[in-house]
Amino acid sequence: MTEARGPKAHERSPAGAEPVDPARPADQASAEAPDAPPADEHLRVEAQSRKPAAPPSPLARFGQARHLGLVLALVLLAIVGLITQPESFATTSNLVNILSLASTIGVITVGMTFVIIGGGIDLSVGALMALASVWATTLATQSYGPFVMILCAVLVGTGAGLVNGLLISYGRMVPFIATLAMLVAARGLAQRMSDRKTQLIQQGNELIVELSTTRVLGLPVLVYIFILVVAVGWVVLNRTTFGRRTYAVGGNPEAARLAGIDVRRHTLMLYALSGLCCGIAAVLIMARTTTGSSTHGDLYELDAIAAVIIGGTLLTGGRGTIIGSILGLLIFTVITNLFILNGLNTSDQLIAKGLIIVVAVLLQRRSLESRT
Amino acid sequence: MSNPLARRGFLVGGAVIGAGALVTACTSNEPAAQPTAAGTQPASPPAAGSDNDQPGKQITMGFSAPAADHGWIAAIAKNAEATAKQYSDVEFKPVEPTNDINAQISAVESLIAAKVGVLVILPNDGQQLNQVARQATEAGIPVVNLDRIFPDKLSYRTWIGGDNYGMGVAAGHYIGKKLKDKGVSNPVIVEIQGIATLPLTQDRSKGFADALKTYGFSVTAQQDAQFTVETGNEVASNLLQAHKKIDAMWNHDDDQGVGVLAAIKEAGRNEFFMVGGAGSANAMREIQSGNSVLEATVTYSPTMASSAVRLGRLIAQGKGMSDLVENQVPQSITLASETITKDNVAQYLPLGFES
Repeated sequence: MTEARGPKAHERSPAGAEPVDPARPADQASAEAPDAPPADEHLRVEAQSRKPAAPPSPLARFGQARHLGLVLALVLLAIVGLITQPESFATTSNLVNILSLASTIGVITVGMTFVIIGGGIDLSVGALMALASVWATTLATQSYGPFVMILCAVLVGTGAGLVNGLLISYGRMVPFIATLAMLVAARGLAQRMSDRKTQLIQQGNELIVELSTTRVLGLPVLVYIFILVVAVGWVVLNRTTFGRRTYAVGGNPEAARLAGIDVRRHTLMLYALSGLCCGIAAVLIMARTTTGSSTHGDLYELDAIAAVIIGGTLLTGGRGTIIGSILGLLIFTVITNLFILNGLNTSDQLIAKGLIIVVAVLLQRRSLESRT
Repeated sequence: MSNPLARRGFLVGGAVIGAGALVTACTSNEPAAQPTAAGTQPASPPAAGSDNDQPGKQITMGFSAPAADHGWIAAIAKNAEATAKQYSDVEFKPVEPTNDINAQISAVESLIAAKVGVLVILPNDGQQLNQVARQATEAGIPVVNLDRIFPDKLSYRTWIGGDNYGMGVAAGHYIGKKLKDKGVSNPVIVEIQGIATLPLTQDRSKGFADALKTYGFSVTAQQDAQFTVETGNEVASNLLQAHKKIDAMWNHDDDQGVGVLAAIKEAGRNEFFMVGGAGSANAMREIQSGNSVLEATVTYSPTMASSAVRLGRLIAQGKGMSDLVENQVPQSITLASETITKDNVAQYLPLGFES
């Protein structure tokens, strides 16, 4: 089948790879080897970067195999929930509850997925969210009304993300270090601004709280914001040049540079995007808790990274999906929910989460080895 | 003294502490000096303590506490500083607050090296800071141990702190009595703890369970949060799903309680009543409004920092507490946990800390 398309193989490779028997990965590799380099390097690199996203398994028609694993895990958890707590787990209100809980960190996870696919890491997300929530709830900001508060949160998040990006792309700092510095500094700044107090949303700005109390078709508004962010993130990652370049930059930055992609500018934008997501998450956490506080988002960076990794994104970059990350996150949220519904200890919950991360990464490695 | 209000505050505060450590959780913050608030304190003759307020021997006071990532600890530092400033004879030397045990040890060591007259320490962890407090004591510097206790009595001169067990008892009695009066049998009682690994959390839960037991009740579900708004919100919203009908809820901490209340409002639940803990101004305002599920809160007041500074000063100057017969300050003082309800909230509101 693949040979029949010979002349156009380099263009069609993602689609052409689909029917290839996964048991013969070597054939796939050798089939690609003789491809003459196309005239347009740029196109080739982008096409290549797209390739890993295309699943080589026959299961592809139902979604990627690793997603199937995640869905199975979720189904398993749901079955556990149905057996242990039949009357409270499968209720609409509990499902809505799980979605609302996942919203805040879900938005952050979307930004994190971009950064990690782009070959970086962002440790500052939790702290940025805290900073944005504090900045947006200072009395000075609150006096301008809810819209300015939202704008403020988003701008603070994006601005801090830009600083991360500048340090990493133009300052040539290692992402781990640059964002670690931002984590510490942003938390400190948030504490300083709030004087380490919890800042309540004042009367007159209830519009923000209404994001979580108002329900449209049974779902709080903030869940729609979450879904919207995921949808936009998916489109950007899968259907735009920006998304393809993200894969290219993460997969092989040098090749991407040679192909004419401005790697530094792209990296800068990735971190700004992650910051933007933190800003949006700050609005959601303000809505949920009615406060801005420097304690918000503690260890969110680890939860977000774990969700992204479980979702099948390579920590080294170049491969990953948003849907996988969100499924990974939902697994975590459902576990928390199940443990509390059953009145179990938080310590056991942490152990369970740790095990899931290990299993997920082991599976990921196996599927990676079978492919190369 | 240039500030008569502050002086009156001291008199009332000092007298109440002396009166017997049972009703002292609400002493001595600035607003307590207002006649309206002070008038509701148990009447004690201030005369006995009067000359304690006069400037005495000049002393330096070292102060070390954890970094405030929480409203309660922030209030501790602020209260200590404000109280120290009321005295012209106290030179207050706070060290950089930190949550790092190592950093706190070296901070205290620097205070010892500076030969301060008295040390007020709220340790991050009593066990781990014990050694350095012992060093201070051996160097002849009296240590006032605030709240988290050093395990070794040789390490401190006086301990003053709250009663975590008593806090649980107070909450248990409020909930138990109310449910008993209502005639509820087999009530669903939910408890939201702070950080579960801390001994103080375990003490609170034990007190709560013991008090409920006297009414024949027990805790239906218990879950821990992290003393933060966000975790309180997460745990509460899950707990509300787990229990479709709740009779009463005790939340250990008013700061995380903001998140708990947000979750309750979000779920649109109001079939139960809730008791808070610590006594933040915000929780008190909620109680005062009368239309919240939050009906009461049991105190664990950061005003203890003000009292500790005053005790430290008295110790350094060799004075006793005026209402006691003894010439010296007692070895340990446990503050009582009080229950704030709509009826007495106006009296406590000035003492509430902004979380």
